[in-house]
Amino acid sequence: MSHEYNFAFLDENTKRMLRRALLKAVAIPGYQVPFGSREMPLPYGWGTGGIQVTAALLGPDDVLKVIDQGADDTTNAVNIRKFFSRVAGVATTERTGEATVIQTRHRIPETPLREDQILVFQVPEPEPLRTLEPRESETRTMHALADYGLMHVKLYEDIAQYGHIATSYDYPVLVNGRFLTSPSPIPKFDNPKLDRAPALMLFGAGREKRLYAIPPYTRVESLAFDDHPFEVQRWKEHCALCGSGESYLDEVVTDDRGTRMFVCSDTDYCGQHRTEAAA
Amino acid sequence: MSALLEVRNLSRHYGDRIGCEQIDFDVHPGELLCIVGESGSGKSTLLNTVAGQLAPTIGSMRYRQRDGSWLDLHTLSEADRRRLSREEWGFVTQNPRDGLRLNVSAGANVAERLMALGSRHYGQLRDTAMQWLERVEIDPARIDDAPSSFSGGMQQRLQIARTLVTQPRLVFMDEPTAGLDVSVQARILDLLRRLVGELGLSAVMVTHDLAVARLLAARTMVMQRGRVVETGLTDQILDDPQHPYTQLLVSSVLTT
Repeated sequence: MSHEYNFAFLDENTKRMLRRALLKAVAIPGYQVPFGSREMPLPYGWGTGGIQVTAALLGPDDVLKVIDQGADDTTNAVNIRKFFSRVAGVATTERTGEATVIQTRHRIPETPLREDQILVFQVPEPEPLRTLEPRESETRTMHALADYGLMHVKLYEDIAQYGHIATSYDYPVLVNGRFLTSPSPIPKFDNPKLDRAPALMLFGAGREKRLYAIPPYTRVESLAFDDHPFEVQRWKEHCALCGSGESYLDEVVTDDRGTRMFVCSDTDYCGQHRTEAAA
Repeated sequence: MSALLEVRNLSRHYGDRIGCEQIDFDVHPGELLCIVGESGSGKSTLLNTVAGQLAPTIGSMRYRQRDGSWLDLHTLSEADRRRLSREEWGFVTQNPRDGLRLNVSAGANVAERLMALGSRHYGQLRDTAMQWLERVEIDPARIDDAPSSFSGGMQQRLQIARTLVTQPRLVFMDEPTAGLDVSVQARILDLLRRLVGELGLSAVMVTHDLAVARLLAARTMVMQRGRVVETGLTDQILDDPQHPYTQLLVSSVLTT
């Protein structure tokens, strides 16, 4: 552990500010709480919001897992994990089951989470209505009045142009029947995992300076039309490495002649599945 | 018959300048009221104030709801004001590009107000949008086209469809035909007259064109420098103007 920084990088007053904001976020599921986002030693868009939330949560006994698009071994995940093991000295893991805090970029692990785990999302754009309504004052009023008809305009437009709801990630959800919320750019495959999940889910947007939360066992409903219900992605293929037919698959191009393979995006799940199959 | 909208002693100032001053009028169910006057006479200020888009400096406005009870528009909360302008009112702007959502298709534009009211059936929304495009004489085959690919007259007709789709009781129109060429104007006015008759809605329309008032409105208000100088039946005002300004206005219309 480095002696140049406070435990988990941020000073105690900043962590207190973050925890207050997080408590408010948990009290009002799905509501975007403004907070004083700090400069972090990595660029905006690389997870500054998630890192601040993680820093405010970590205690010396926590075990941290960091994933990027499901993988433990990509640049973003490796560096954030290394960062916290240096500035907080916490144990890190790649096993979903062993972690107490999981910081994630754009996936929810395939292994079901438990009540004693916290999932921290990195959020680029916390406002689901932003692409439709550029004025912040207007979107805030729309949230205050639960005036969400506009979101369906986008879904209508999807069906009109593509014949089905083509939004495949960052699929808008209604949290606890009240707040329209961006689930961060997770694939819509993961949306059902948000509904009544046992783990606490916290969302941090560093550039936009907003936090929000989905507390355990909260109702999370993906928006849809009566005659075009919500559906998740399905694949004809199985994972080429572990053979799983249930996980979210990445398509990997393997040469310049169109050969491709499908593999699990969750590397930990894929690895465990292979070990089980070998045993 | 009791009025639908009652405006009393309404003033709207911009600092020291007068927008409109001491306006009184009623709108009755099924009536189309025209406000005419030169530019800068306060017509649009009055319309925007009555429609709740500008706060009045002083004065009272009351609106009679479907159940017959009066609603004081001055003390209305933001939530109620939005509900009212979504469910019972409509607003047609002069420039259709202000009233339309240009980055989504024509069908989505028409269906937006229905979705805001809670309609969640795609097939029904689409059918309604088709019907309304036909009603305003737009080819239903263009339902998935962007409004930006429409001509000015088509955009204005699309805006009318989008506004009337929820069957509002009261529609505000701010020079809906200005900026369109004469033949297109005539078609839109014809359309408006037909729809107003079919739906039995009330409307307040601002125009600087006396011919529009003559064609559509039973009653007309003439404004000059923020004040109403003359009000009465349209034919009476146009055929027998009393106020010097109205006389000037009527005599300045080109006749051939």
